[in-house]
Amino acid sequence: MILALQLYHFSAAVTFAFFASIVLGITLRNNQREMVRYGLQCFAWFVLGMFLAGWLMWLLHH
Amino acid sequence: MEKTEITANQTTQPAAAAAPITSMAILAPAIGWLIPGAGHIIQKRWIRGLLLMVSIVSMFALGIAMDGKVYKANTGDLLDILGFVGDVGVGGLYILSQLLDWGRSAIAFAVGDYGTKFIVVSGLLNIMAAVDAYHIAIRRKQ
Repeated sequence: MILALQLYHFSAAVTFAFFASIVLGITLRNNQREMVRYGLQCFAWFVLGMFLAGWLMWLLHH
Repeated sequence: MEKTEITANQTTQPAAAAAPITSMAILAPAIGWLIPGAGHIIQKRWIRGLLLMVSIVSMFALGIAMDGKVYKANTGDLLDILGFVGDVGVGGLYILSQLLDWGRSAIAFAVGDYGTKFIVVSGLLNIMAAVDAYHIAIRRKQ
Protein backbone atom coordinates (compact mmCIF):
# COMPACT_ATOMS: atom_id res chain seq x y z
CA MET A 1 0.00 0.00 0.00
CA ILE A 2 1.44 3.34 -1.08
CA LEU A 3 -0.29 5.66 1.37
CA ALA A 4 -1.04 4.29 4.83
CA LEU A 5 -3.69 5.84 7.03
CA GLN A 6 -1.88 7.50 9.91
CA LEU A 7 -4.02 7.93 12.98
CA TYR A 8 -2.65 9.43 16.16
CA HIS A 9 -2.22 6.96 19.01
CA PHE A 10 -5.17 8.53 20.81
CA SER A 11 -7.55 8.46 17.83
CA ALA A 12 -6.51 4.89 16.97
CA ALA A 13 -7.20 3.76 20.55
CA VAL A 14 -10.58 5.56 20.69
CA THR A 15 -11.60 4.05 17.33
CA PHE A 16 -10.57 0.61 18.59
CA ALA A 17 -12.56 1.13 21.81
CA PHE A 18 -15.63 2.31 19.89
CA PHE A 19 -15.91 -0.68 17.56
CA ALA A 20 -14.86 -3.25 20.17
CA SER A 21 -17.46 -1.89 22.62
CA ILE A 22 -20.27 -2.26 20.07
CA VAL A 23 -19.41 -5.94 19.48
CA LEU A 24 -18.89 -6.68 23.18
CA GLY A 25 -22.21 -5.02 24.06
CA ILE A 26 -24.17 -7.01 21.46
CA THR A 27 -22.56 -10.39 22.10
CA LEU A 28 -22.25 -10.41 25.89
CA ARG A 29 -25.69 -9.17 26.95
CA ASN A 30 -29.20 -10.47 26.38
CA ASN A 31 -31.60 -7.58 25.94
CA GLN A 32 -31.32 -4.33 24.06
CA ARG A 33 -31.21 -2.06 27.08
CA GLU A 34 -28.41 -4.10 28.69
CA MET A 35 -26.51 -4.22 25.39
CA VAL A 36 -26.46 -0.42 25.10
CA ARG A 37 -25.54 -0.04 28.76
CA TYR A 38 -22.74 -2.61 28.63
CA GLY A 39 -21.40 -1.18 25.36
CA LEU A 40 -21.20 2.30 26.90
CA GLN A 41 -19.63 0.85 30.03
CA CYS A 42 -16.97 -0.97 27.99
CA PHE A 43 -16.19 2.18 26.02
CA ALA A 44 -15.85 4.19 29.24
CA TRP A 45 -13.51 1.56 30.72
CA PHE A 46 -11.40 1.46 27.56
CA VAL A 47 -11.00 5.26 27.54
CA LEU A 48 -10.38 5.45 31.28
CA GLY A 49 -7.80 2.67 31.05
CA MET A 50 -6.14 4.50 28.19
CA PHE A 51 -5.80 7.71 30.21
CA LEU A 52 -4.54 5.81 33.26
CA ALA A 53 -1.98 3.93 31.16
CA GLY A 54 -0.94 7.21 29.53
CA TRP A 55 -0.36 8.93 32.87
CA LEU A 56 1.42 5.86 34.24
CA MET A 57 3.82 5.89 31.30
CA TRP A 58 4.37 9.63 31.79
CA LEU A 59 5.20 9.05 35.48
CA LEU A 60 7.57 6.20 34.65
CA HIS A 61 9.26 8.33 32.02
CA HIS A 62 9.83 11.26 34.43
CA MET B 1 -33.70 -35.04 51.70
CA GLU B 2 -34.47 -37.13 48.63
CA LYS B 3 -36.59 -34.36 47.18
CA THR B 4 -33.68 -31.93 47.50
CA GLU B 5 -31.35 -34.27 45.53
CA ILE B 6 -33.82 -34.56 42.67
CA THR B 7 -34.14 -30.79 42.46
CA ALA B 8 -30.36 -30.41 42.43
CA ASN B 9 -30.04 -32.93 39.59
CA GLN B 10 -32.69 -31.18 37.56
CA THR B 11 -31.01 -27.80 37.85
CA THR B 12 -27.54 -29.07 36.92
CA GLN B 13 -28.64 -30.20 33.44
CA PRO B 14 -27.43 -27.68 30.86
CA ALA B 15 -30.21 -25.87 29.01
CA ALA B 16 -28.48 -26.27 25.64
CA ALA B 17 -28.50 -30.07 25.89
CA ALA B 18 -32.27 -30.08 25.46
CA ALA B 19 -32.19 -27.71 22.48
CA PRO B 20 -32.43 -29.49 19.13
CA ILE B 21 -29.62 -28.95 16.62
CA THR B 22 -31.35 -27.37 13.67
CA SER B 23 -29.87 -26.48 10.30
CA MET B 24 -29.88 -22.86 11.43
CA ALA B 25 -27.65 -23.80 14.40
CA ILE B 26 -25.02 -24.96 11.89
CA LEU B 27 -25.64 -22.38 9.19
CA ALA B 28 -25.77 -19.23 11.35
CA PRO B 29 -22.26 -19.47 12.88
CA ALA B 30 -20.77 -20.63 9.55
CA ILE B 31 -22.32 -17.74 7.59
CA GLY B 32 -21.52 -15.39 10.49
CA TRP B 33 -17.87 -16.40 10.36
CA LEU B 34 -17.69 -16.04 6.57
CA ILE B 35 -19.49 -12.67 6.41
CA PRO B 36 -19.34 -10.69 9.68
CA GLY B 37 -22.84 -10.03 11.06
CA ALA B 38 -24.57 -12.25 8.48
CA GLY B 39 -25.30 -14.92 11.11
CA HIS B 40 -27.54 -12.42 12.86
CA ILE B 41 -29.03 -11.02 9.67
CA ILE B 42 -30.25 -14.43 8.42
CA GLN B 43 -32.03 -14.82 11.76
CA LYS B 44 -33.75 -11.45 11.25
CA ARG B 45 -31.69 -9.63 13.89
CA TRP B 46 -31.18 -6.81 11.39
CA ILE B 47 -29.87 -4.02 13.60
CA ARG B 48 -27.51 -6.25 15.59
CA GLY B 49 -26.26 -7.86 12.38
CA LEU B 50 -25.63 -4.54 10.67
CA LEU B 51 -23.88 -3.09 13.72
CA LEU B 52 -21.64 -6.16 13.96
CA MET B 53 -20.92 -6.06 10.24
CA VAL B 54 -20.05 -2.35 10.25
CA SER B 55 -17.89 -2.64 13.38
CA ILE B 56 -15.92 -5.72 12.33
CA VAL B 57 -15.48 -4.75 8.68
CA SER B 58 -14.47 -1.20 9.70
CA MET B 59 -11.88 -2.52 12.14
CA PHE B 60 -10.45 -4.84 9.52
CA ALA B 61 -10.47 -2.12 6.81
CA LEU B 62 -8.82 0.40 9.15
CA GLY B 63 -6.19 -2.19 10.04
CA ILE B 64 -5.41 -2.72 6.35
CA ALA B 65 -5.45 1.04 5.71
CA MET B 66 -2.98 1.56 8.57
CA ASP B 67 -0.62 -0.86 6.82
CA GLY B 68 -1.19 -3.61 9.35
CA LYS B 69 0.21 -7.07 8.77
CA VAL B 70 -2.01 -10.02 7.81
CA TYR B 71 -0.47 -13.20 9.23
CA LYS B 72 0.02 -16.30 7.12
CA ALA B 73 -0.06 -19.92 8.26
CA ASN B 74 3.04 -21.99 8.99
CA THR B 75 5.60 -19.32 9.71
CA GLY B 76 6.85 -21.42 12.63
CA ASP B 77 6.86 -18.55 15.13
CA LEU B 78 4.39 -18.97 18.02
CA LEU B 79 3.27 -15.33 18.01
CA ASP B 80 2.72 -15.50 14.25
CA ILE B 81 0.61 -18.64 14.68
CA LEU B 82 -1.52 -16.88 17.31
CA GLY B 83 -1.84 -13.87 15.02
CA PHE B 84 -2.89 -16.17 12.20
CA VAL B 85 -5.58 -17.77 14.40
CA GLY B 86 -6.93 -14.30 15.20
CA ASP B 87 -6.83 -13.20 11.57
CA VAL B 88 -8.62 -16.30 10.30
CA GLY B 89 -11.52 -15.46 12.62
CA VAL B 90 -12.55 -12.68 10.28
CA GLY B 91 -13.50 -15.31 7.68
CA GLY B 92 -14.24 -14.05 4.20
CA LEU B 93 -12.24 -10.87 4.67
CA TYR B 94 -9.15 -12.94 5.47
CA ILE B 95 -9.65 -15.00 2.30
CA LEU B 96 -10.10 -11.74 0.36
CA SER B 97 -6.92 -10.30 1.88
CA GLN B 98 -4.98 -13.38 0.76
CA LEU B 99 -6.41 -13.19 -2.76
CA LEU B 100 -5.72 -9.47 -3.12
CA ASP B 101 -2.36 -9.63 -1.33
CA TRP B 102 -3.29 -7.13 1.40
CA GLY B 103 -1.21 -6.69 4.54
CA ARG B 104 2.08 -7.77 3.04
CA SER B 105 4.15 -4.59 3.22
CA ALA B 106 6.74 -4.06 5.96
CA ILE B 107 5.48 -1.93 8.83
CA ALA B 108 6.98 1.53 8.23
CA PHE B 109 4.94 3.62 10.70
CA ALA B 110 4.38 3.42 14.44
CA VAL B 111 0.63 3.06 13.91
CA GLY B 112 1.21 0.19 11.49
CA ASP B 113 1.47 -2.04 14.52
CA TYR B 114 -1.93 -0.76 15.64
CA GLY B 115 -3.20 -1.82 12.23
CA THR B 116 -1.98 -5.37 12.86
CA LYS B 117 -3.83 -5.41 16.19
CA PHE B 118 -6.99 -4.02 14.58
CA ILE B 119 -6.95 -6.92 12.09
CA VAL B 120 -6.33 -9.60 14.74
CA VAL B 121 -9.00 -8.20 17.10
CA SER B 122 -11.55 -7.87 14.28
CA GLY B 123 -11.08 -11.63 13.75
CA LEU B 124 -11.51 -12.41 17.45
CA LEU B 125 -14.61 -10.22 17.66
CA ASN B 126 -16.04 -11.97 14.61
CA ILE B 127 -15.63 -15.32 16.38
CA MET B 128 -17.59 -13.89 19.32
CA ALA B 129 -20.29 -12.70 16.89
CA ALA B 130 -20.47 -16.15 15.24
CA VAL B 131 -20.84 -17.84 18.67
CA ASP B 132 -23.57 -15.32 19.52
CA ALA B 133 -25.38 -16.20 16.26
CA TYR B 134 -25.21 -19.87 17.31
CA HIS B 135 -26.70 -19.03 20.73
CA ILE B 136 -29.57 -17.24 19.02
CA ALA B 137 -30.11 -20.22 16.69
CA ILE B 138 -30.39 -22.68 19.61
CA ARG B 139 -32.64 -20.17 21.46
CA ARG B 140 -30.29 -19.72 24.36
CA LYS B 141 -30.44 -16.01 23.59
CA GLN B 142 -33.20 -13.83 22.14
